[in-house]
Amino acid sequence: MSVTVRVPAQLRTLTEGRSELNVPAGTVREVIGSLEADHPGIEARLLDERGTLRRFVNVFVAEEDVRYLEGLDTAVSDGTTVSIVPAVAGG
Amino acid sequence: MSYVQSLTCRECARAYPAGALHACEFCFGPLEVSYDYEAMGAALTRERISAGPPDIWRYGDLLPVDADGPVSLGAGFTPLVRADRLAAELGLGELWVKDDTRNPTGSFKDRVVTVALTKARELGFKVAACASTGNLANSVAAHAARAGMRSVVLVPSDLEAVKMLTTAVFGGDLLAVEGSYDDVNRLCAELASEHDDWAFVNVNVRPYYAEGSKTLAFEVAEQLGWRLPDHVVVPIASGSQLTKIDKGFRELVELGLVEARIDREDTSGPVRVSGAQAAGCAPVAAAFAAGADHVRPVKAATIAKSLAIGNPADGWYALEVVRRTGGAVGSVSDEEVLKAIRLLARTEGIFAETAGGVTIATLAALAREGVVRGDETVVAYVTGNGLKTVEAFGSSVGATATVAARIEDVAEALGESAWKEPM
Repeated sequence: MSVTVRVPAQLRTLTEGRSELNVPAGTVREVIGSLEADHPGIEARLLDERGTLRRFVNVFVAEEDVRYLEGLDTAVSDGTTVSIVPAVAGG
Repeated sequence: MSYVQSLTCRECARAYPAGALHACEFCFGPLEVSYDYEAMGAALTRERISAGPPDIWRYGDLLPVDADGPVSLGAGFTPLVRADRLAAELGLGELWVKDDTRNPTGSFKDRVVTVALTKARELGFKVAACASTGNLANSVAAHAARAGMRSVVLVPSDLEAVKMLTTAVFGGDLLAVEGSYDDVNRLCAELASEHDDWAFVNVNVRPYYAEGSKTLAFEVAEQLGWRLPDHVVVPIASGSQLTKIDKGFRELVELGLVEARIDREDTSGPVRVSGAQAAGCAPVAAAFAAGADHVRPVKAATIAKSLAIGNPADGWYALEVVRRTGGAVGSVSDEEVLKAIRLLARTEGIFAETAGGVTIATLAALAREGVVRGDETVVAYVTGNGLKTVEAFGSSVGATATVAARIEDVAEALGESAWKEPM
């Protein structure tokens, strides 16, 4: 199972400048785990010390905010696009 | 010159140079402009402000850009109207309406956009972009035209037809995106990572843009004779405007331009700040009512489209301001919104857009609940012009009657006698 992750500019110092990555995962939590394995440091940017999504990190699975879905337990299927987006925008 | 020192993360306090950045690289927290208040305070006086232009640039020292030659259509310094007839209807005492319908493109967004595009030009950008629920679209397209910049404006495709036209007329690119405002916002947040040569006013230059809303506080204090109100009621979309109004009042106190009100029991905020939302999109009001420490996103469904942000970026901070200052967040139905627009129009001669109806209806509700009190100096922020959202009324407001061009017909329609009785 492989999903495509879109990486925001704020994290590209950790991904050698790459804006898209493919990782194996079945849930959003596993997406973050796979990213951390390949790019150490990324998990701390996304999750707080309790292991929940940071307040100002939005994650979208197929363009739906995971906070409307099952949060970190939201399932991702083969070929899904997962976007990581800073929440501080708009208005 | 400006007094900006840096951008600072509100969450983890990391500092960044004052460039086109909006989110902390470490924790994604919002970046906030930090100033050298000591130097600013040494230079700034009431007289210096009063001698400035009749727009927001009279407060240029308190804004995060070099105020010489701003990109300006004359935003701000709108009337603060004493609203005695409305106050009487609501059972309030000293009530004022900040009439921000009176801006170049008809909403408070001109305040934030004049700051954003001045900063964008300073940083060398040639393209101005935004995600908008309509008012920002109007303002970005107009100010970009003024500055000779290209504009790329993205809006939800179900926007009011008037707001489409009043954006497109300025000649920039207007993209109607299939989806909600939150979808458009997510798209722009992602586009900003790919187009670092575009100044997205509410993404990568958002820290500067948001500061423009402080002028809503500065003007109210100056127009009250350098005095703070007791309580303000502010609409909440992203929550940014509300937090910046609080910041503006606090800056005036810190700089010694106004006196903090010593009769306030709670000194943690100089002015009580209450928020207003439409019931069809009330994530902040829901969090306030529940005593929650998180703002849960909602799917927006309201006629108040300019407030229809289901996932408000500054919702948490707006909640913090309201709680700290002893205010409340209320929410009102679409029906109440339309009634409130007509109430404001009928009592004070001000025609507000749906967001203004949300504010006035919430003011009425908070007055009934005793949260907004008759012994307070109260200011309601009416932030957009009713001509933008006429379609919210459908055919429910119109002519009293259609009559023939005859005196008798006029009399009949008005229920009066046609001819003056002889004395």
